[in-house]
Amino acid sequence: MIRLAVISGKGGTGKTMITAALARLLKGTLVLADCDVDAANLALVTSPHLLSTTPFMGMKSARIDPAACVKCAECEAYCRFKAVDWLGNVFRINPFRCEGCAVCTFVCPVKAITMQPRQTGEILYSETLRGHLVHARLVPGAGNSGLLVHAVKKMAMEQDGTCDLFLIDGPPGTGCPLISTISGVDAVLVVTEPSVSGVHDLKRVVTVCRQFRPRLIVAINRFDLNISQTKEIEAWCREEDIPLLGKIPFDPAVIKAVRAGISVTDAGASPAAQAIQILAAKLEVELTNLDNNR
Amino acid sequence: MKLAVASGKGGTGKSMVAANIAYVLSQTGPVTLIDCDVEEPDLHLFFTAPATTSDVTVRVPVIDEFACKQCGKCGEFCQYGALTVLPDRVLFFPELCHSCGGCTLVCPEYAIREEPRRIGMLGISSPLPTLTLITGTLDAGSPHAVPVIKEAKMQALGGHVTIIDTAPGTSCPVVEALDGCDACILVTESTPFGLHDLQLAADVAARLGIPAGIVINRSDGKDGETLRFCTDHDLEVMLTIPFDREIAAIQSRGDLLCRERPEWQKDFCALYAKCRALAGVDE
Repeated sequence: MIRLAVISGKGGTGKTMITAALARLLKGTLVLADCDVDAANLALVTSPHLLSTTPFMGMKSARIDPAACVKCAECEAYCRFKAVDWLGNVFRINPFRCEGCAVCTFVCPVKAITMQPRQTGEILYSETLRGHLVHARLVPGAGNSGLLVHAVKKMAMEQDGTCDLFLIDGPPGTGCPLISTISGVDAVLVVTEPSVSGVHDLKRVVTVCRQFRPRLIVAINRFDLNISQTKEIEAWCREEDIPLLGKIPFDPAVIKAVRAGISVTDAGASPAAQAIQILAAKLEVELTNLDNNR
Repeated sequence: MKLAVASGKGGTGKSMVAANIAYVLSQTGPVTLIDCDVEEPDLHLFFTAPATTSDVTVRVPVIDEFACKQCGKCGEFCQYGALTVLPDRVLFFPELCHSCGGCTLVCPEYAIREEPRRIGMLGISSPLPTLTLITGTLDAGSPHAVPVIKEAKMQALGGHVTIIDTAPGTSCPVVEALDGCDACILVTESTPFGLHDLQLAADVAARLGIPAGIVINRSDGKDGETLRFCTDHDLEVMLTIPFDREIAAIQSRGDLLCRERPEWQKDFCALYAKCRALAGVDE
């Protein structure tokens, strides 16, 4: 199995649209995962049929028993996350701030604090036209998105580990969910856009990716919106020896396809669809080489 | 007034909105702009100026090998699996550590002390005489965005208008950036992706008790579903910016819409006035 993650650094460059199209175009059996768990959109363009849901338990959270609490304020003094609120007559844990470290349970002299399991999301397992999709819903505002990404990937591997390709729609950024997404993958496709922000974020995310040593590949979306920035990205990729396998033009057909809930490559001929087909064909060769070389 | 700009979905134009509000307000008084998208901070690209930098550190445990008896209590207590106790030593995984200090408390031999470990940096610059830009940057490979966001927000000068640009998404980095704000702008685009993520972002703002208003960006006129959602949830659409190749070009080369096309200045001033009303701040 080849594991390919589609990421971007900067948000909104077109990761999900390209992942959905690649799922339709790349050959062989595949399993899909949406690892952008706090704003998961891949399901909106893959027409999934839900097969099962599994609750996701994040870190435990502290709870103070008001009947046992002697209001000594030790928990408040030791909590480094400022998660203990004094409400005038009672101490209470702020669930948004609690990181589940359990220090308060240790310092409480009367053992009035316990760690309680909490469900912070659910993992969804669905059927699409191109294999299974593992996606998730994180409770808005909940932490532990990196843990949830790990759980999503684990379910995909357990359920569909025999597929030829594991295709992952990744999160933006470079932090915890991104690191969880790219750890253990064979290849990373970075989708960028020709803007000062796109270029800056591309360079940053590539630095992070290199620590994990996957095969790096770049594609530029909406490349025609700023040709000089596109040229800069091309030059940088050459310098860094990263293959640039696709340049997709700005095309209203993309938004039209997203609104119809389908991949742009299934919405008839368009400049964007054609460019993504070329990207998929080149990617196919790249992934085959990668598979043969291990 | 502390105003945050958030979105749920990435790439909807948060930084563009934050940068332009800060720019127009800086013409009438001091403004602090904080880039809390510490994983991919971009505002400094729109306001280039030399910055004074400092490290952001967190406290991590250091084990005194001579005092440690490998009793295992620290490894047992650590909820993040950052400490593994072997028969002859203790392994520490800094990227898993949340700096809670628990291990130092439970060690019966007092063999654990803490020392600072760098996870990112802050940059403070004055790109305009009345504009202070504070940029939090997470080091490449560090997973912990939240302490960098906290540190960046702590640098804000009291009394100033403060504009906070947040990360995309709806999890801890966004919650940390929104915490303590008087109002927030949610920037969206009228696609199923934009609307889906707007619903999540509006939910987060509501759970945190922060009044929110909407900016629709890159509108192609097909905003019906977004407008319906806003009406149903009593969210005011405070500004609609059309899709326009020229606006996209200005943004892509790192320029400011309100500087390149001054006719937009009144729209961003009006947007800020609406945010003040939302927050219940007197004119």
